[in-house]
Amino acid sequence: MKLHRINALLIRHLYLYQRSFPRIMDIIYWPVMELLVWGFLSVYIEKMNLGGFNVVTVLLGAVIFWDFLNQSQKSVSIAFLEEVWEKNLLNIFVTPLRLSEFFVSTLLIGLVRLILVGIILAVLSSLIYRFNLFALGFALIPFVLNLFLFGWALGLLANAVILRFGTSAQILAWGFIVLIQPFSAVFYPVSALPSFLQPISYLLPSTYVFEGMRSVIATGSVSAAHLWGAVVVNAVYLLFMLWFFFRMFAYVKREGKLLKLEG
Amino acid sequence: MSAIIEVEKLLKVFGTVRAVDGLSFHVEEGTITGLLGPNGAGKTTTIQMLLDLITPTSGRIRILGKEYRTAREDILSQLNFSSPYVSLPGNLTVYENLLTFGRLYGVQNLREEIERLADFFEIRTFLKKLTYHLSTGQLTRLNLTKALLNQPKLLLLDEPTASLDPDIADRTRVLLKRIQKERGVTILYTSHNMDEVEEICDNVIFIQHGRFKDEGTPAELVKKYCHEDLNDVFLHIARSNDEERHRNS
Repeated sequence: MKLHRINALLIRHLYLYQRSFPRIMDIIYWPVMELLVWGFLSVYIEKMNLGGFNVVTVLLGAVIFWDFLNQSQKSVSIAFLEEVWEKNLLNIFVTPLRLSEFFVSTLLIGLVRLILVGIILAVLSSLIYRFNLFALGFALIPFVLNLFLFGWALGLLANAVILRFGTSAQILAWGFIVLIQPFSAVFYPVSALPSFLQPISYLLPSTYVFEGMRSVIATGSVSAAHLWGAVVVNAVYLLFMLWFFFRMFAYVKREGKLLKLEG
Repeated sequence: MSAIIEVEKLLKVFGTVRAVDGLSFHVEEGTITGLLGPNGAGKTTTIQMLLDLITPTSGRIRILGKEYRTAREDILSQLNFSSPYVSLPGNLTVYENLLTFGRLYGVQNLREEIERLADFFEIRTFLKKLTYHLSTGQLTRLNLTKALLNQPKLLLLDEPTASLDPDIADRTRVLLKRIQKERGVTILYTSHNMDEVEEICDNVIFIQHGRFKDEGTPAELVKKYCHEDLNDVFLHIARSNDEERHRNS
């Protein structure tokens, strides 16, 4: 793997972010609006004193964590679609760039977005709701990393399907994440789901993260079961998605669809 | 002279269609070779296989004596490609695009190389412009600048003068001849403009229905087929094969 090639693609996307209003909106506008809506709702519920637990912490923590996952998945898919929309796939794949270097560059773009969104949301939630994201302590790091990697794996899956079926499948770049939200126990525990959906919920690494986050808030300690559950399930997803993407790329090369994908 | 491209019994089948059907040819180092044929002859599929964008069904491709299976990075770092049908990102400036591709190729002293090529192709005045604001002629020059950034030994050009007006097309041909002369780059060139091919190519390879049809210098082919120019030779080869197919069916 060559760093100069990863660097080239990373900087190529940073050039774009400098002057792209929709991309900046994606990092600032949507996450902030979501934070405001859920934040005010949490404050309202807490004032009604219905839950007997810290509603602001649970809901705002969930909103911010969900956005980490969302940003990670979208950054991978949008980075790939960007090359499709700009008809640039052929140009970059006739350079010595390896597919693995392409993956790493999208991973880094996702990391940059996640850090920016994390800083913005942490500062705003602290100023408006006195919510300290870092109160979760060191547990924050492995949980966020798991969400980040799961988002990346979902992004790879969306990209692989777009490779296979063309740009008519590009809605998946936004749709996949919505599909898994109801089953990831983001705002409610797994026990709130119908019993037949609960095993499905545990097939998602995100479920372990959100359950783990609530456990940290409730007990103050990290649940090893949740943490390791997330790591193991995530590892399976990552390996599968990488294998699937490589297969789809080989298929596109065999069928001569790389240029047609751009058309 | 040695062969820089060696293609042997190349086959590409898409479903029931044989897009390239047992094609074999060589391209000699330091030449400009035209890869010609009517629409659907298999030129684009062949070029994409030469660029490792399409996996051949069978057959062998050797570029600079190496195969993609074992030396992909090595081969791709020494070749480049340009086509008016493939654009560079319009939402980056010309300079940003050149920096990006220069970095992808790991070009040393990149900024100096861009400056030098910007002068050669006369694109300095629009380096800071967004790429989607460029005219067709400017885009062609930018594509060629990108294609020379890594100082390639082999350049694949897919109809580089298509959609250019006669003046810009002529300037582009002059530039290509200069590149070949000054840098010794081998160029594989596709075009439907036979006057252009006659003017610029040292050697011509005709393919049809994915098969090799004939090869030679433009003058040799004109003489061999007893025609006045390469355009008539093109029509002769394209139509004779159609008649043959018609008789067979």
